[in-house]
Amino acid sequence: MATTGILDDTPPVRRRKPFLLRRKTLRHILPWVVIVGIFLIWEAVVRAFEIEQFVLPAPSAIFASGWQWREPILVNAWQTFMTTAIGFLLAVAVGLLAGIAIGSSTLVYDSFYPALIGFNSIPKVAVVPILVIWFGVGTIPAIITAFLIAFFPILVNVAVGIATVEPELQDVLRALGASRWQVIRKVGLPRSMPYFFASLKVAITFAFVGTIVAETVAANKGIGNLMLVASSRFEVPLAFAGLLVTSVMGIGMYLVCAAIERRMTGWATRGADAMLRGQG
Amino acid sequence: MHLVDLDRVSLRYGEDADGTLALHGTTLQVRDGEFVAVVGPSGCGKSTLMKVVTGLWPPTAGAVIVSGRAVTGPLSIAGMAFQNPTLLPWRTTLANVMLPLEIVQPHCSRLRREWAAYLAKARDLLALVGLKGFEDHFPWQLSGGMQQRASLCRALIHDPTLLMLDEPFASLDMFTREELWLVLQDLWLARKPTVILVTHDLREAVFLADRVLVMSARPGRIIAERAVASSRPRKLDMTYEPYSVGLVHELREHISAARSGAT
Repeated sequence: MATTGILDDTPPVRRRKPFLLRRKTLRHILPWVVIVGIFLIWEAVVRAFEIEQFVLPAPSAIFASGWQWREPILVNAWQTFMTTAIGFLLAVAVGLLAGIAIGSSTLVYDSFYPALIGFNSIPKVAVVPILVIWFGVGTIPAIITAFLIAFFPILVNVAVGIATVEPELQDVLRALGASRWQVIRKVGLPRSMPYFFASLKVAITFAFVGTIVAETVAANKGIGNLMLVASSRFEVPLAFAGLLVTSVMGIGMYLVCAAIERRMTGWATRGADAMLRGQG
Repeated sequence: MHLVDLDRVSLRYGEDADGTLALHGTTLQVRDGEFVAVVGPSGCGKSTLMKVVTGLWPPTAGAVIVSGRAVTGPLSIAGMAFQNPTLLPWRTTLANVMLPLEIVQPHCSRLRREWAAYLAKARDLLALVGLKGFEDHFPWQLSGGMQQRASLCRALIHDPTLLMLDEPFASLDMFTREELWLVLQDLWLARKPTVILVTHDLREAVFLADRVLVMSARPGRIIAERAVASSRPRKLDMTYEPYSVGLVHELREHISAARSGAT
């Protein structure tokens, strides 16, 4: 053992990098750097080529207009947010239940899948006028559009998660005399949760698209309507401000979904987490 | 009294006559509390035999009687461990071990009321196989051998009268395997369940079993059986004694005869 003394008496001292260069810090800062960078380049391009404001307004003009119209923007953003949230929650409930039903049986899966694909291929903009005929102009067509566009990815992901449960895992429960429902509850559902939460992140952004599309075509409130009115009056910076607010809401909801996902399905993303921890 | 009684059981996979015939006229009896090992060439239908006995697959012909009753569906008196540990990745080791309690009666309806007692039982069982301190680890934080130990605990937690082991140590290295043989022997001596162990390791069969059954190549049936007369508890050295070595050789010859007979 004496000969190894040289090797093991001094543990290697790793000097910590300065705060701003640490990988973890970078991971939090870089997204903001990218966003600010995009705005700076945008501003520079608009000024350098002297682009007219009604073609492409500079970010400074967009922010100014957003501040000037902050009250109507907030009111309409709230309307859009609530519409999206209701449509999204409906999509989560229906998508989860239908996904379980379809994923639990190969027969149901095979029977319904072609019809669902066909339904999902319909552009949802085309459905809005029909919804207006049924429900009139207003919030309800927007909620339904958000729901229609968001429930499909949730349904497909849950169904796939349940349908692809390893037969070995099913055998563990079946050998104990578990009922079909017990197998779904103990294995199928937990197993499909990573798929479910991944689909939520897609679905929430889809839901915003659905709401805004419906508001643009047939509504008297909401960010979509605000943008339509603004561009018809050549208030292009205001239309862009509406876009910006929508993006911010989309990012916010995405982050909420991602945070829930991390909490609920840590077991499925352990590889990525361990990697980050190891390097952080 | 026979706990397991198979009378001329056949099983054909697939619905038509050209499906694979995995078992053909298998007759087999296992006494209450007996430790039986089933060996045979690969693909001889050993795993199929397990599925038939536990009721996961209904036999195409013949009768399967366990504990005096004809088997028509999965048995709740059986505990099963497979070649892969098949632990649920979203559950901790402790929660994985306690899974059967959430399904099998009468534990299922008592679980909530007697939670503390069941928890203590699961912890004791884990300590017995050397997993003390790993209760709250997730399966992916355990080595292959540790996962297999947890899988054994899961097969035993509901005090099954029949323990079915389908090559549970096949994917482990030799040292871990031998260690687990001793663990399994201790568990068996302490509780005396009836055990049917499917394996392709002849030393394992001779070390663990009271009786070794040899299966023919597909379609499988029992072609030979040997009792192992060594006293319990056995030590690992036992597998190197002339008596055991002789038995292993004899079983080996049966299997190679079965293999050449198939081709």
